[in-house]
Amino acid sequence: MTDERVRAGLTHEEDLSLLHEVSMKTAGVSRLEMCIQCGTCGGSCPAAQDMDHTPRMLFAMLRAGMREEVLRSNTQWICVSCYHCVVRCPQEVHIADVMYTLKGMAIKEKLYENSTAPDFSQTFVDMVETYGRSFEMGLASRHYLKHFPLRLPGMMPMGLGMIIKGRMALIPKKIKQMDQLTKILDHAKQLEMTS
Amino acid sequence: MNKYLLYPGCSMESSAKAYMESMNTILEPLDLHFEEIDDWNCCGATEYLGINLIPAYSLIARNLALASKQKNGTRTVVAPCSACYLNLAKADHYMDERPALGEKVNEALAAGGLHYVPGTLDVRHLIDILVYDVGLEKIRNAVVRPLTGLKVVPYMGCMLPRPDYQHRWSDHEHPTELDDLLRALGADVIDYPLTTSCCGGHMTQIGPETAFELIRRLVADADERGAQMMVTVCPMCQMNVDAYQNEMNNFFSTDYHMPILFFTQLMGLAFGREPKELGIGAELVNSRNALAHIGVEVPVTQEPAAPRKKDEGLPMPRRWTKHEDRKEAVK
Repeated sequence: MTDERVRAGLTHEEDLSLLHEVSMKTAGVSRLEMCIQCGTCGGSCPAAQDMDHTPRMLFAMLRAGMREEVLRSNTQWICVSCYHCVVRCPQEVHIADVMYTLKGMAIKEKLYENSTAPDFSQTFVDMVETYGRSFEMGLASRHYLKHFPLRLPGMMPMGLGMIIKGRMALIPKKIKQMDQLTKILDHAKQLEMTS
Repeated sequence: MNKYLLYPGCSMESSAKAYMESMNTILEPLDLHFEEIDDWNCCGATEYLGINLIPAYSLIARNLALASKQKNGTRTVVAPCSACYLNLAKADHYMDERPALGEKVNEALAAGGLHYVPGTLDVRHLIDILVYDVGLEKIRNAVVRPLTGLKVVPYMGCMLPRPDYQHRWSDHEHPTELDDLLRALGADVIDYPLTTSCCGGHMTQIGPETAFELIRRLVADADERGAQMMVTVCPMCQMNVDAYQNEMNNFFSTDYHMPILFFTQLMGLAFGREPKELGIGAELVNSRNALAHIGVEVPVTQEPAAPRKKDEGLPMPRRWTKHEDRKEAVK
């Protein structure tokens, strides 16, 4: 601990390793360390009322190194990727992309309270890795059977409507060069961000 | 002839087929030529990004690599779907902003014999092309059936004007491109402050209560302002507001009937095409009454069976009637 830090009233070293890890794993330059805790993000969020923590609070927890609490929060799963917070943030923190990073970390470490959202993402990815295209019928039926079987009867008119109106393909479309895509994705899975 | 590369995206072939059909009818009158990117793959929507960073960006970048290989005298990729547009633009932007990511993604692409140099393509949304390349003047001149008297609210959605890496839009929260275009068609455009509010995205699938509230706000406000329909530029917005409107109504015990069409469907009508050619009638909240205001007759299509009205009767799963019960059911 340096003298300056002691004079500034800090009693212990800040552990910023979690903040740095999240920043490193985020697509662009996250600017996470620039957060000034102004709360514009939470105030702009259309879904904040359903979140365990507002983005502002989550970023404070990140800085405090509260790894498990952060990854267990439902905040990143409730985020609807509308980018309201992103364009309003005075520090230009890439908030939505940080949310994606936190989802990925929570999945990897199996730290989530409710598996509905992670399963949905995984099912979607499975479809894409199999066909190269999204397959709504397969996605919806697998997802609803697993997570909302009770809602299925109520969903029938809508599902039927989509099929009758030709808006839901019953057979998936596959891309021609699926082997090429598989090679790319397999190789990509071996790679990690190191700088 | 103005050439562009087209990235249609998965929904344009299924749930948003009407968008594709109607888009195809406006190309010729506006002297546009779209060439589809050969063997394009899904952009991963908002799902893959949250699972695994480098595979997600490699998935998106394969499309960029294919597009940059497919020379047809243009470097502009048109994406009519807002989520696809954002993902393609985002990959292009971040591969450049963070060279370490660009290198990893290219390392992965190399396994498939592909390569992409960030910044070599311009990724743009369909409405951007129409307003800024074609121009409103040309669109106005192509109108043979003005939509005079049709009261619409323009719904831009969130992923189009935000985060806007290339500064293409008039504003992040209140862009006017869609308003201007609809006015050029002669429609009676109502000011709609929620124009870039979120439709709930994938929350209709994973947290319906969150999504229903977002859909309710959009529909209620459009209704209060006297709109006869909402007009969208995004397959996801259309899907959520249209296909889930009935469920939203059930959830809140409301009775909204707010059709939502793609802006290309209205362009097609204004250019003199018939509803059938434009996929009109494929929406679940039908637009028949709204379009009757401008003298367009929409043929009656087969409607999904109405849910059973009575709770007693055959031993079928009972319908939720009380608000609390419904909340339970959703959990």
